[in-house]
Amino acid sequence: MFNEIGTVDQVGIEERVAKYTTRSIKKGSKLFGLKLAASMVDLTTLEGKDTPGKVESLCRKALSPSDDPDVPTVAAVCVYPSMVRHARRALGEDTPVRIASVATAFPSGQAPLRTRLAEVKAAVGDGADEIDMVINRGAFLAGEFQLVQDEVAAVVEACGEATLKVILEVSELETYDNIRAASFLAMRVLRPNDFIKTSTGKTTLNATLGNNQVMLEAIRDYYLDTDTPIAMKPAGGIRTAKQALQFLIAVKETLGDEWLNNTRYRFGASSLLNDLLRQIAKERTGAYQAPYYFSEAAESY
Amino acid sequence: MTRLPITKTPKVYVGGAFIRSESARTYPLKDAAGNFFANIPQCTRKDVRNAVEAAAKAGPGWAKRTPYNRGQILYRLAEMLEARKADLADALAVGGASKAAAAKEITATIDRLIYYAGWADKYEQVLGNVNPVASPHFNFTVTEPMGIIGLLAPEEAPLLALVSLIAPAITSGNTVVALASTAQPYPAIVLGEMLATSDLPGGVVNLLTGYRKELVPTFATHTHLRAIAGVANAEERKALKLGAADSVKRVKLAQAEEPVDWFSDQAQSLYELRDHLEFKTTWHPIGA
Repeated sequence: MFNEIGTVDQVGIEERVAKYTTRSIKKGSKLFGLKLAASMVDLTTLEGKDTPGKVESLCRKALSPSDDPDVPTVAAVCVYPSMVRHARRALGEDTPVRIASVATAFPSGQAPLRTRLAEVKAAVGDGADEIDMVINRGAFLAGEFQLVQDEVAAVVEACGEATLKVILEVSELETYDNIRAASFLAMRVLRPNDFIKTSTGKTTLNATLGNNQVMLEAIRDYYLDTDTPIAMKPAGGIRTAKQALQFLIAVKETLGDEWLNNTRYRFGASSLLNDLLRQIAKERTGAYQAPYYFSEAAESY
Repeated sequence: MTRLPITKTPKVYVGGAFIRSESARTYPLKDAAGNFFANIPQCTRKDVRNAVEAAAKAGPGWAKRTPYNRGQILYRLAEMLEARKADLADALAVGGASKAAAAKEITATIDRLIYYAGWADKYEQVLGNVNPVASPHFNFTVTEPMGIIGLLAPEEAPLLALVSLIAPAITSGNTVVALASTAQPYPAIVLGEMLATSDLPGGVVNLLTGYRKELVPTFATHTHLRAIAGVANAEERKALKLGAADSVKRVKLAQAEEPVDWFSDQAQSLYELRDHLEFKTTWHPIGA
C-alpha cells in the first residue's frame, strides 16, 4: 500500500504550507475570498446539549448569515442524526442549504458495522443530504486496510443519493504517511465529489495547513491517475477568517480553481462564520468591528 | 579590549509583550541636543487592532479582580516607578527636561498612581447608590467598567499625562490602548517596562508609539473601543467625534490648543473614574 502510493516528504510539506501564510491578500481579492469561504462553511453544532431549538436557530443563521445581501448562504448545516428532522423542518424542502449529518457512531466509530449502517440509513431517511462518517482508526492502525475500505464501501452504498464525507481523524493517524494512505483507501471507493475530511473536531489536534496539504495532494494525485475528482473538508480548529484564507490559498495553489467552490471544498466550523462576517463588515465599512456584534458572546468585552 | 556599546531597542508594550510595529517601521528620535537617540516603533492601524484584541482578551479577567486587588496592583506599579526613578529621569532628559523638572514630573506621576490606587475600593461607595423608591423594592445603582478605552496622550508631560489618563481608566476594571506622545515617546517605552513588572496582567495597558495622523482615524472608527479620552487638536477632535458617533462611543477630549496643567490637583479626581464607568440600576423585591 505505502509503496504503491508513495510516502510524504514531511519537511517539504511543512516548508510548503509555511509559505501559504505569507501571501498578501488585500481589498477585492480578500473580499472575494471571505465571501467564498462563507459559502463553503458547514455550520456545525455537535454537542451533547444540542436541542431542536438550537438547531433551528442554527438553520436560520445558515439561511441568512448577515443582513448584508452580498453575503451568501452557507453550504450546509452539520448536526447529529437525531437533529436531522428538526433541521429539515427548519430549512424546508426547497432550500440552498444542505443538511449534513454525522453518523457511524461519531466521533469514535466504535460500534458494530450493522449499527453504523443503520444510523446512516436513518439519517438519510430523515432528510440528510450529506453523511459525515468516521473511519475505523483502530482497524487502520492495526493494518487491516481492507476492512477499513470495505466499511467505507458499505457506507457509500447505504448513503444512496446522499453525498458522503469520510472523516480520517488525522490526529489519531499519527503520521503524514498514514494520512495519505487513509486518503487513498477512502478515495478508491468514493464517488466523484464525495469528500474526505480531516477531523471530527473532538480531539485536541484538528485541521492544520500541514495535514490539509497532505490530503489535497492525495486528491490531486488520485485525480491525475483516475480523473475522479474528490472533494475536501478540513474541520475543527479553523476559527479565524485569516486561517480560512490560508486554507483557500492551499486549495488554489494545489488543486486549482475547479476546487474553489462549495461542492469541492468545505470548512467544518462553528465559530468561523462569525469571524468571516466580522471581516466582511470591516472590508465594507473600513472600520474594525467588535466581535460581539457577530456572536452571542455575552461578555461586555 | 574596548567593549561594544549595548544599546536598547525601544519596543512598545502590547499584550504583556514587548513588540515592534507589525509594519517593522520606525521613526528616528533625537535627543534635546539634536543627536540621534533611537528608532521608535511607528505603529500602524493594524497594531491598534492587535492591541485592541489583546485588551479584549485581558478585559474580563481584570474586571473580575476585586477592587481591593486592583488597588494593590496600582500601588505596586507606583512602587516599580519609585524604584526606577533614575531611569525615568534619563528618559525624560531625552526630551530636554531639566533634572528638577524631571524629578517633579516623576514624583507627581507616582503620587497620581497612589491616588487612584486608593480610590480602587472606594469609588463604588461614592458613585453607587441605594435609591429610595415608592414601592417595596430595594433599588441599587452600581457601576461597571465600560470595556476597552482608547487614550491619546498629549505631546507635553510625556510621562505624567500618559499615566494620568491610564490610571483612572484601569482602576475600575477597564483595559486601555494608549497612544504615547509622538515627540517624546521614550518615557512611555520605559513605563512599559515597569508595567511589565508590576503584577498588572498583560494586555490591561497597551502602549503604542507612532504618528497621530496615521492612528487617530482608527481610534475613531474602531467599534470595539468603548470610549476615547485624552488630548486632541481641532481636526482630530472632529474626526474622533464623527467616528465615535458611528460606533457609539463616549468621547472626552481636552483641547490640544489650550494648555492643561497635569500637575494640578484638578487633574486627578473621582470624576475621571466616573468618565469610564457605566451605571446599572437593579430592582430587588423586598422580602423575597
